[in-house]
Amino acid sequence: MSEILVFIDHRNGSVAKTASELLTLARSLGEVHAIIAGTSSDLDAAVPAINKFGAQAITLLESDEINNHPSSAIARAIAEMAQSLSSKAILLPSTARGKEIAGRLAVRLESGIITDAINVSSELIATQSIFGGSTVVHSQVSKGIAIITIRPNSIEASESSASATINKVPISVSISAQITSREPAVRGARPELSEANVIVSGGRGTDGNFAPIEELADALGAAVGASRAATDAGWYPHSHQVGQTGKTVSPQLYIACGISGAIQHRAGMQTSKTIVVVNKDPEAPIFDIADFGVIGDLFSVAPQATAGIKARKG
Amino acid sequence: MKILVCVKQVPDSWAEKKLSPEKVLDRASADAVLNDLDEYAVEEALRIVEANGGVEAGHTITLLSMGPERAQEALRKGLSMGADAALHITDDALAGSDALTTSRVLAEAIKRENPDLILTGTESTDARMSVIPAMLSERLELPHLSFAGVVVVDVNAKIVKTKRMTDEGVEAMESRMPVIVTVIEKINEPRYPSFKGIMAAKKKPITELALADLGIAASEVGNGGAWSEVKDFALAPARGAGVKIADEGNGGSALVDFLAEKRLI
Ligand SMILES: Cc1cc2nc3c(=O)[nH]c(=O)nc-3n(C[C@H](O)[C@H](O)[C@H](O)COP(=O)(O)OP(=O)(O)OC[C@H]3O[C@@H](n4cnc5c(N)ncnc54)[C@H](O)[C@@H]3O)c2cc1C
Ligand SMILES: Nc1ncnc2c1ncn2[C@@H]1O[C@H](COP(=O)(O)O)[C@@H](O)[C@H]1O
Repeated sequence: MSEILVFIDHRNGSVAKTASELLTLARSLGEVHAIIAGTSSDLDAAVPAINKFGAQAITLLESDEINNHPSSAIARAIAEMAQSLSSKAILLPSTARGKEIAGRLAVRLESGIITDAINVSSELIATQSIFGGSTVVHSQVSKGIAIITIRPNSIEASESSASATINKVPISVSISAQITSREPAVRGARPELSEANVIVSGGRGTDGNFAPIEELADALGAAVGASRAATDAGWYPHSHQVGQTGKTVSPQLYIACGISGAIQHRAGMQTSKTIVVVNKDPEAPIFDIADFGVIGDLFSVAPQATAGIKARKG
Repeated sequence: MKILVCVKQVPDSWAEKKLSPEKVLDRASADAVLNDLDEYAVEEALRIVEANGGVEAGHTITLLSMGPERAQEALRKGLSMGADAALHITDDALAGSDALTTSRVLAEAIKRENPDLILTGTESTDARMSVIPAMLSERLELPHLSFAGVVVVDVNAKIVKTKRMTDEGVEAMESRMPVIVTVIEKINEPRYPSFKGIMAAKKKPITELALADLGIAASEVGNGGAWSEVKDFALAPARGAGVKIADEGNGGSALVDFLAEKRLI
């Protein structure tokens, strides 16, 4: 059986949730070979988490400068592996970095690329949900090694423990573009937007006051999202924007408060399993896709919901 | 300094998009516009020139687009914002090209122009792949500064500094020119073309290039040269309209009851 290469995203060795999803999917396609880029200590931290999802082999692309995001160096190394192992597919997360590497791999390997897949069959036919979830497409790479990026939160991860063989390959980072300084994002206690099971989002209707949104999110253990109107106004960081030019999310539950539901916003959240809406305007288009909608003021509805959830949890 | 801006014509992002029976984007069903996200790249090019002595200092901005005949409208929009000239790669053989082909064709055109700075948007709002800039970087062996929220060009030192803005935080980046820079939508507020700008744009040159001009054979591109293939597609079942209630003082509690019933809490 030929190998499926899986690119593992991590932060200082703490692997992203997407890794468990990609490894689960890869198991159904062939023998799994996980690839992680970073230092030996990143590898040590990541191995148990990777083994939990059944990889047969793990390769560390070793570099101390990995945070200089040398996506070209990583792509070069993965391309060489894919050729020497004659892999049949390479799976990467559909994140900014995953797509950058995937694009480079396609050029290097002269292979077809499919982005934002939500599933892949054993014949390597990818399912994509496009145009904001209105159309489902099946497509297949017809030349070369199938390079497929997988949308976070689309595959349900399941464990299958294994004890992988481990290899280390040193890579050198070109210095043509380099980072001169860095201000890491302050990471609160809330889950990451693209990985979250529950998201509470606020829009222009919050009028800049996200407190009721954050309180409801915290009661639910949810991530906080925002419409572009809210991020453009500077009320919430761009990294929380949901929609066409923000994140595409697909949580179990999406609660939109004070968001009208413009087509570009829906494009990023329409495939959420359950959608709940709070909006003053009964005509707001977001109600058309809501499983449960409350016509009302978010400043009274959201706090009442927060209190109700806390009361239930006791 | 010679700046090249990659721009694409796309269906208006306000329109519902659909696939045609030929399994490609039905471009006739929506108005075609300049990709909103590329307007930020055009605007940034104009600001870079203004910050470095203006056109008087010999800086030029050329737009580059691959697309059908009507993509000229999108190029005119960019010219009316203030770009100096445009290159339009158009060839019937290119219909249905995928990202690998598009990046190859654009890369050949960029090589011909030999610019100091190449600006792009983060994604075209139709296909939403966000892979072309990285592909160009790989093909041209040029560095790529992605997700730039700030771009500062030092013309004399031939250095570009950016602030890269992602989930990881903000990173100050630096590269020698020539370099490919991808800008995010928060970088600036694109200007509306003035009446004067629109009139001036009519006289600005749009150079058409065919595949042969770039030394690429027609048989290598287009649908026939596609590296991936759409097998089939279907409309997703429409979301059934759910329950909608008016808040009469207990809307929040009703919401909680719904979540409990769905076992979401
Ligand atoms: C190329 C392009 C890309 C885009 N990408 C995105 C994207 O990624 N994400 C995105 O979100 N948008 C995107 N947009 C913008 C999009 O078109 C809308 O402008 C935006 O989504 C509107 O945000 P909103 O719903 O918060 O604001 P509005 O449309 O102004 O809606 C505010 C809503 O709040 C309600 N409201 C007001 N007060 C209250 C209250 N007290 N309680 C309850 N409800 C209240 C109002 O009834 C209204 O329905 C994009 C646009 C373009 C052109
Ligand atoms: N056909 C094209 N012609 C010119 N530039 C393009 C074309 N396609 C994509 N681009 C550029 O590449 C960026 C990313 O596009 P994409 O990878 O298609 O999402 C866009 O914002 C444009 O700047």
